[in-house]
Amino acid sequence: MTTNPSLTIASMRERLRSFLSKVWEPYRSVPLLGWLLGALVAVGVEQLVGLPLARILGLTKIPALFGTVVILDDPLLIPSALLFTFLIYILPIGLVARFTTPITNRIAAKLMDYPLIVTAVIHLVLMYAVLHIWGDISDYRVLVARLAMISIILTLSLNVVNGYMGEFSCSHPGFMSIGAYVASAFTIVLFVSENRFGEALLPESMGPFMFPLALILGGIVSAVGALLVAIPSFRTRGDYLAIISLAFMFIIKSLFENLEVVGGARGISNQPNYATLPIVFLWTVISIWIINNFVRSTMGKALNAVRDGELAANAMTVNTRKTKMAAFLFAAFWAGVAGGLFAHVLRYINPDTFGIRKLAEVLAMVYFGGLNSVTGSIVGAVGLSLISEALRPLDIYKWIIIPIILILIMIFRPTGLVAFTEFDIERLFQPKEETSEGAEHVTA
Amino acid sequence: MSLLEVHDMTHYFGGLRAVHDYSLAIDPGQIRGLIGPNGAGKTTIFNLITGIYHPTEGNIVLDGEDITRFEPNQIADRGLGRTFQNLRLWRYLSVLDHVKMARYSKLTYGLFGAFFGTGRRVREEKATDALAMELLELVGIPHLADQIVTNLPYGAQRRVELARALATEPKVLFLDEPTAGMNPEELIQMMAIIRQVHSEIGMAIFLIEHRMKVVMDLCERIQTLNFGEVIAEGTPEEIRNDPEVIEAYLGKEVVI
Repeated sequence: MTTNPSLTIASMRERLRSFLSKVWEPYRSVPLLGWLLGALVAVGVEQLVGLPLARILGLTKIPALFGTVVILDDPLLIPSALLFTFLIYILPIGLVARFTTPITNRIAAKLMDYPLIVTAVIHLVLMYAVLHIWGDISDYRVLVARLAMISIILTLSLNVVNGYMGEFSCSHPGFMSIGAYVASAFTIVLFVSENRFGEALLPESMGPFMFPLALILGGIVSAVGALLVAIPSFRTRGDYLAIISLAFMFIIKSLFENLEVVGGARGISNQPNYATLPIVFLWTVISIWIINNFVRSTMGKALNAVRDGELAANAMTVNTRKTKMAAFLFAAFWAGVAGGLFAHVLRYINPDTFGIRKLAEVLAMVYFGGLNSVTGSIVGAVGLSLISEALRPLDIYKWIIIPIILILIMIFRPTGLVAFTEFDIERLFQPKEETSEGAEHVTA
Repeated sequence: MSLLEVHDMTHYFGGLRAVHDYSLAIDPGQIRGLIGPNGAGKTTIFNLITGIYHPTEGNIVLDGEDITRFEPNQIADRGLGRTFQNLRLWRYLSVLDHVKMARYSKLTYGLFGAFFGTGRRVREEKATDALAMELLELVGIPHLADQIVTNLPYGAQRRVELARALATEPKVLFLDEPTAGMNPEELIQMMAIIRQVHSEIGMAIFLIEHRMKVVMDLCERIQTLNFGEVIAEGTPEEIRNDPEVIEAYLGKEVVI
């Protein structure tokens, strides 16, 4: 009797799959609330016993990003890092999520009776609490979290153009830099006393309140910049936008390089520290909410219609030109806001930051996460941010590995990890199973 | 004065004269047909009237308004809905979204509503949902509302296109070969649907067909086109017996 090796591999894979689905089974009914509760407990546990546990496991400090950075830094510590991640994150989240399922489901069901905003705020507060406690361990975490969230805004806004609208825009770093410079100039001129722009014009205490204004201003200016790209390139479809927008990116870069008033190639620094974790979190939430609102409306779906058949869209009363313009400017606005936040996180920007490498990064996040999908953009932005941090020890080789990952994604999932889905906020918060009250009703 | 009038429309593609001195007058509620051999310029006439091309000469008047230079979306908004010969559905949109999309110009919530999900937007989207479902029921596919169009059989895709065109609230509905590629059973269903839609909504219909049976059954008056010119116009009976039409379709009888 001969055994076919591929058959045994197939059967093993089948067995593994059935094992995993059996393990996963009880978690199907965990609502988002349950996961958040689990995460809250996990970060709480880490706060309390993280450091001693890390020491016991032979780690010098708590692994910053779930052990990903350790993997390349010191391969011998991989088992310890994995064990730490399991004990601190996976185990508590798993246990709490599973054993609170009946309670969280009931609470989630109760929350459905209130307006969506109440439910949303409760979830967001929990989410922020998790993030805050998690970030409390080290400043590095806070920095990574803020940059990842800014990447979410940027990726989403590019997805509007490259995914939902199906055009190919390369000018996002340009829009981002406009937003970054405008917002920086705004806050520095008004609230910071330094050599370049002189004395602060307004009391420093007003700064944080005026910061949203700076960001919005940056967004608006970059939307105006987008108009310069949109007018010539939306007369036709095809590669024009890609070429014109690429040119625009380089023009903007060299504009800032030669603009001595904002520091030229040396860039601009001393931005006040306004882009704190809660502020960035808030802006990310707002951007997700607004962009998701847009792409789920009929006005926003007109973008898909334009992408999948402009002629038919036009014949069905869609003003295709206006739709494309509005979406492009909208995307540029959010890129500008992301740029403004970015400048106030790093508190130093130069024109070189917003070059071809930034473009590659954002494009990678969009195509990695998935076209035409809000979830995909979030996954892509966070995923690639983490991978990028994990690969930091490799230095320049990082830029070989990330493209390889992208190529693999393109081969196996050509539209990205989570493409063409709708992000239904209401469904996100829903209970995942009949509550016991509901069950009682059925039996009674 | 008729609902839709086309006066002496001529169109050139470069040096090629695709349509020559074409005139048309459709009254409210009328069903008109346009037939002719392949390449006669039928679809070009549709594209000219619906604004995809602009005619070199002549003008088009819909309900007293000159729409000759209007963009397709403006013309559609004014009440000229159409379907396409080779289905032009949107690959990643659901059936319901297709129909809703054709309400685009009727939505008033604007970008502000789209961004912030205002109450007005919620109301309008809900009303549009209901209207779209009604139309899907009219064409007999309400159960497919959530499907992605690419998963549907051909006959159902044709119905989606019809429902979508109806959602623009057309005063005149242009159907470009509504039964192309259908089997006899689907053809009969489609004809029944067109009849039903016409009797319930009562708009005028202008249709291109290849199959004589469909045109002869549905239309009150028929135009026959050859090489971009109308060679005959009349009732189905007149068209059937017109020697020029027979010649255009079957060729000249040669007496040896």
